[in-house]
Amino acid sequence: MSTVKVDRRVDHSHHFESMQQEHESGKQGTWLFMATEVMMFGALFTAYFLYRGKYFESWVEGGALLDWKLGALNTVVLLFSSFTMALAVRETQLGHNRKALKYVIFTTVCAFAFLVVKYFEYTGKIHHGLFPSEGMWSYDAQTPQLRLFMVVYFIMTGLHGIHILIGIALMFWLMKRLKNEEFSKDYYTAVEGVGLYWHIVDLIWIYLFPLMYLM
Amino acid sequence: MSHNHIMPFKTNLTVFLSLVSLTALTVYTAKFVDLGSFNIILAMMIASVKASLVLGWFMHLKGDSNMNKVIIFSSFCFVALLAGICYSDLFFRY
Repeated sequence: MSTVKVDRRVDHSHHFESMQQEHESGKQGTWLFMATEVMMFGALFTAYFLYRGKYFESWVEGGALLDWKLGALNTVVLLFSSFTMALAVRETQLGHNRKALKYVIFTTVCAFAFLVVKYFEYTGKIHHGLFPSEGMWSYDAQTPQLRLFMVVYFIMTGLHGIHILIGIALMFWLMKRLKNEEFSKDYYTAVEGVGLYWHIVDLIWIYLFPLMYLM
Repeated sequence: MSHNHIMPFKTNLTVFLSLVSLTALTVYTAKFVDLGSFNIILAMMIASVKASLVLGWFMHLKGDSNMNKVIIFSSFCFVALLAGICYSDLFFRY
């Protein structure tokens, strides 16, 4: 018994009626995933606001300890990466695998740049004894709940950073597939899906940046 | 495919430049204009405008199906519900 290899660029999978239906279904699944992302980070934002209301002085002290210039730099880097990702999706929709590949590479470079800045921020905080764990905390806090602020900071930016890492892995997968010209005008669900994911990561940072660094 | 929403290069660029400008506005108002407790509300308002730009244009939600709009909108509603009920506890306990 042999199975016929489906060329995804021109054929839909057998359990769908058309390429359009397959595409819409895949995209809807990605949006459902995006909704769970919003709710997961939403719970952490709730924690941020709750403790900010309760321990306002510590939130002011903590916010002032973070370097808003590095935060602003990373914001622009992420916004630019979102821009190049949107262009990668656009080129794939037009059927230009090679051009899309270039934009995905730009996006990945930005993702690494973001992590490099984050690395310097994290090591700086750890060096000053601001990492909230046993044996690593040695900072002379002016307010009682500064350590709680740092917990919220590391958990929220850490989870966001993990999302960046996963995004990089996904973009390497896209690069391989774009290099093999696996996408077409009618089949680009994977590129669009990774694009949606990357934009959500950017969207979360849009809220994280002012709340952590500027308030 | 009939539902191909291809965003022109120029539109993408305009959205990107708007996002950068709004970031500059966020930094300026938060760091150099003292509005007291209104500062955080303003920052969240600007962030929400930026989020709408990302959702509507970069994520193509503007021309997308109503189902996808409802899915993502509902997630924001659930977060508002969670945050709203939790935050009210700060004011109404005791």
